[in-house]
Amino acid sequence: MSEAGLVEDAVFRKSTLGVGRWMTVIGILSAVALLLAVLCLQFGAQFVGIKEAVRMLNQMVGAPGGSESDVSTMATILLHVRLPRVVLGFLVGSCLAAVGVALQALLRNPLADPYVLGVSSGAALGVSIAVLFGVGTTALTVTALPICGFIGSLVALVVLYRMAASYDRLPIYSVLLAGVILNAICSALIMFITSIMDPSRSFGMMTWLMGSLTAPTYPTLLVFSLYALVCLGLLFRQVKVLNIMAFGEEAARSLGIDTECAKRHIFLVSALATGAVVSVSGMVGFIGMVVPHAVRLIVGADHRLVMPASALIGGTFLMVTDTFARTVVSPSELPVGIMTALVGGPFFVYLLVWRKDRMS
Amino acid sequence: MTTPANLKNQRRAYDVQEVRFHYPHSAPNAVPWVLQDVSFFLESGEMLGIVGPNGSGKTSLLRLLAKIVPEQQGVIRLFGKPLSVLRQEDVARDIGFVPQDVSQTFPFTVAETVLMGRFPHRHRTSWDLGFGWDSRADRAIAQRTMATMDVWRLAARSVTELSGGERQRVMIARSLAQDPRVLLLDEPTAFLDLQHQVEICALLHRLKEERGLAIVLVSHDLNLASQYCDRVLLLDQGRVVRLGSPADVIRQDVLETAYRCRVLVDCHPHSGLPRVTLPGRNRVM
Repeated sequence: MSEAGLVEDAVFRKSTLGVGRWMTVIGILSAVALLLAVLCLQFGAQFVGIKEAVRMLNQMVGAPGGSESDVSTMATILLHVRLPRVVLGFLVGSCLAAVGVALQALLRNPLADPYVLGVSSGAALGVSIAVLFGVGTTALTVTALPICGFIGSLVALVVLYRMAASYDRLPIYSVLLAGVILNAICSALIMFITSIMDPSRSFGMMTWLMGSLTAPTYPTLLVFSLYALVCLGLLFRQVKVLNIMAFGEEAARSLGIDTECAKRHIFLVSALATGAVVSVSGMVGFIGMVVPHAVRLIVGADHRLVMPASALIGGTFLMVTDTFARTVVSPSELPVGIMTALVGGPFFVYLLVWRKDRMS
Repeated sequence: MTTPANLKNQRRAYDVQEVRFHYPHSAPNAVPWVLQDVSFFLESGEMLGIVGPNGSGKTSLLRLLAKIVPEQQGVIRLFGKPLSVLRQEDVARDIGFVPQDVSQTFPFTVAETVLMGRFPHRHRTSWDLGFGWDSRADRAIAQRTMATMDVWRLAARSVTELSGGERQRVMIARSLAQDPRVLLLDEPTAFLDLQHQVEICALLHRLKEERGLAIVLVSHDLNLASQYCDRVLLLDQGRVVRLGSPADVIRQDVLETAYRCRVLVDCHPHSGLPRVTLPGRNRVM
């Protein structure tokens, strides 16, 4: 390649995504996520310092030091309450952000989010029905509830798409309107279900619906992680396709993508992820919209970076928000969904009102 | 004229036989065919202009040719193979398609957009987990087509900020990055000012001559079709009214029947090809 060619290549590489930039961004975000995870483990109703944690770990592997009972309470708090909850928060946030990215690209709509579009409501309806019929008390709970959520969210997604799409076009506002309608119908049905349950159970339902993370048992966490990681992996494989689908279906087909197949794949995986997330955490909203948007502002539009970066930031965001939710009014807790909605709602308004020019 | 090279170049890009089409959403009996009994062929190194009134099926025909929608009856052959048996990806390696308006919501850079044209040629490996990092060869091709389309200085700009004309040129650059043998364009000059209209037309002409591309363009601009196309296909209500050289098709009687209005057709002072003008306000002669 000539010298001029090399200079041109350098300019060109700056305006496209390369492996170097990818590694840098993902590296930094992973480091930040790890650091914040450690901090989140420390905070709670009782602060656990690094020194104490190290001492406790020493104790567990058999080294001497510290009083027995003190250490074992702390160990229980850290390993059986905080650690699973932090991991759960991270995975829920990652999945919501990744699904948000996928839906936004597929629907060519920067306001798409599983919560706003009623996909989460669909999942919640599926889970509620399952709980109503007693699935929640059987041994199958851990695996069955995500499946019920999946069915609910898949139905919601397909209905949404059918309502909003006309002749290959997906007008932004008709997608949003379809989401509003879906949300209304699903919420009504969920409220109906809650009202015919006995009051002791319906209180639990309400807390769950508001979006709250509770420390899961390790088997539950394991099953959910499996769902979450498989979904994330499958979504990550579609990043290049998402790049091209963002230019519209006509353009995507002309670049050799079987759009029907790609859409089916992405809808299925998104529905599965949403179903799993809703079954463990209820309706945590707006992460899928706020996070990808912020990420695009910083790293550009290429989904090869937007997708993993959003997953990392979404996870970190929910992990941190949840730590706030369980500390600010401790020993009581706020549902984390309330906090994400308080951040996300105004942001949605900002996008809708002030960035209107970008929408049409 | 019958050297092997010529014979190779003159391979038939499209052979369209008795094609009928209607959109699947519409009721099959109530709505008439969008296209019916359309037959024509196209050689490599030839430019075909599809013209006709609004709603005559021009864009539908182009979408059929690009395999964006399937034909319901009849056969479309691309270099001898029926389009219906080819995979979407094989089609994308041969056909570059430039839709009429590609609006974009997300801030992809121009360079990223053009590089996407390499997608049908990507190497499939499992180790990169679908991320498909672009090779040096891909980048080189994208850079060349950006230089060809004069969008090089826009490389780092976001496609959301471009003017209509700039975006159009970027989309043509992207389809050229596919390294196609056929180029299909829907109203390529619709958003362009005079200077860029002339530039695009000259460029298409050059691509046709130098690379032997077969080009089909849909246009409302009869003069453009007359000046730059080797042959013109006039559609009306989904049927081919006339197909032939510009002098054959761009004729007063033919156009007045198809467009149902009065037009004036005279000769272009330089090329001698037909030129269409509006009749103007009636004056008492």
